[in-house]
Amino acid sequence: MTTTSPTVPRATAPDPDLGTKVVLTAPLVLQSGETLTGVTVAYQTYGTLNAEKSNVIVACHALTGDQFMCGTHPITAKRGWWDDIVGPGKVIDTNRYFVICANVLGGCMGSTGPKEINPATGRAWGLRFPVITIRDMVAAQAKLLDQLGIGKVLCVVGGSMGAMQALEWAHRYPQRVFAVVPIAGSYRHSAQNIAFHEVGRQAIMADPEWSHGNYLEENRVPKRGLAVARMAAHITYLSETALHRKFGRKLQDRSTLTYGFDADFQVESYLRHQGYTFVDRFDANSYLYITRAMDYFDLASENGGALSNAFKGSPVRFCLISFTSDWLFPTAESRAIVHALNAVAANVSFVEIESDKGHDAFLLDEPDFHQTLRGFIDGCADAQKVQRP
Amino acid sequence: MNQPSPTPLANKPSKRIRVELQLVADLVAPHTRVLDVGCGDGTLLSYLAAFKQVDARGLEISMSRVRAAVSQGLSVIQGNLETDLKDYPDGAFDYAILSQTLQATLNPQAVLGDLLRIAKRAIVSLPNFGHWRIRWSLLVGGRMPMTANLPDQWYNTPNIHLCTILDFVDLCQSMNIRIEQSFALSADGLKQNYSATGWQANLFSEEAVFVLTRQD
Repeated sequence: MTTTSPTVPRATAPDPDLGTKVVLTAPLVLQSGETLTGVTVAYQTYGTLNAEKSNVIVACHALTGDQFMCGTHPITAKRGWWDDIVGPGKVIDTNRYFVICANVLGGCMGSTGPKEINPATGRAWGLRFPVITIRDMVAAQAKLLDQLGIGKVLCVVGGSMGAMQALEWAHRYPQRVFAVVPIAGSYRHSAQNIAFHEVGRQAIMADPEWSHGNYLEENRVPKRGLAVARMAAHITYLSETALHRKFGRKLQDRSTLTYGFDADFQVESYLRHQGYTFVDRFDANSYLYITRAMDYFDLASENGGALSNAFKGSPVRFCLISFTSDWLFPTAESRAIVHALNAVAANVSFVEIESDKGHDAFLLDEPDFHQTLRGFIDGCADAQKVQRP
Repeated sequence: MNQPSPTPLANKPSKRIRVELQLVADLVAPHTRVLDVGCGDGTLLSYLAAFKQVDARGLEISMSRVRAAVSQGLSVIQGNLETDLKDYPDGAFDYAILSQTLQATLNPQAVLGDLLRIAKRAIVSLPNFGHWRIRWSLLVGGRMPMTANLPDQWYNTPNIHLCTILDFVDLCQSMNIRIEQSFALSADGLKQNYSATGWQANLFSEEAVFVLTRQD
């Protein structure tokens, strides 16, 4: 991809095929008070919209995910992040449902974000892009649906940052969503999570190639900083057990220690690989903006300090799902949401899935998780009389 | 909802449980809000949702049962009734159902109070420790009684607060709880003709079901 090539000015580089895009006709007034006009939303759809438009599922991607949730990714050539879950006959059966996944506002896969051109100046936004929030991301999605002529959504589903968006959907548009499934998420970013994000941001900003955010115009790429940010974050997505099972203390392509700082251990080699492949598909400034959006998310403080206020009288069906070994968004976070929803007698289900795979379990083959998700969504569709395939 | 099978309560292993669930189900008015506390895999809830069109919610401590219930499209959360009932607002439900569980709680009085705080009516069923077979077993055997209904040893039973029917009636009285309806059940779960709150039931019933409301 062109973002990694230092010889091609990114601002004028041709985009690879990033699928469908819509330019929002309505301006987007951001939570910060700033207004964005001509916002582009890049999105993918899977399945067919039925005549009643009653089979819409909005899937929200996580921090470094994008709209290419299934099939082969156009840039990495790997399977989409939810290829196990979304597709014909799969957990979210595209023979029955019409699934929409949009690249978030501030993202770098075709939606308006810091690496895109600011139409007012003709230059890449860079750090002149306004700070965006989870609320802004969801507002952009809602406007996308407006333009696609879709009113009510059967279900909004997402993991991690996608869970935050699902909660925001339920909070902002309770009449517009029948159900939401926040997976491995929280109603607010914890101090520990903000701390990890700050490490990532500082790694990026410490890279001289970052150049105060102007690297695109200067044809530079802050690869090292972004890679280190990714490496640190990647550890938080796994669990000690999963890391140990996968790597232990095994050595990488060698039989003895080298008494140097090369990647002696497989786990080091793995993390370096994770870091350096990440920079091929992700924009460093986007990483700053999106992590900031997650840090700012706090549905409790926005609602007088009580999360339950965010969902008073909510007609939305909730299904919270967490994983036992997730220490980034531990079960206690989901349980706090359940307690708040109980306090307003909302319709809520809550399942904690046994898994030793850490936060990333929501992306992996976890049969109990899949069974739960399928049952909940199909139950909602049956209640809404969505035709079975 | 999934397509209701014609007899969704029939797949339960025990006849007694099946009959008791049916009795409880019959006590619930259609189109009401129901919280089944200790709902298991949602057998009663799915019946109530399908045949009584209730807004069915469940609370269950076992994660595998919660998963089974949610996978059927039921609204069930994993939680502990002794800590989690307090979250619900007053009058959130028309019925709170607690089947064969009150005797296994740490604080039955508080649980009972919470049930009637969050729901207009509580439907509570209990094993009767006053049954003649239990009395006989203790009198003659001199050891803690074990029956088909109460099969555990004293040291591993979850039933830490067993009571007789008369004990329970006394508790209701002391808490200003009105027993609106009551049913004495045989070992097979069959309804008995005598009053469920009298000495006969206390001696001859294996269990009883009560519909409770707050005394006005």
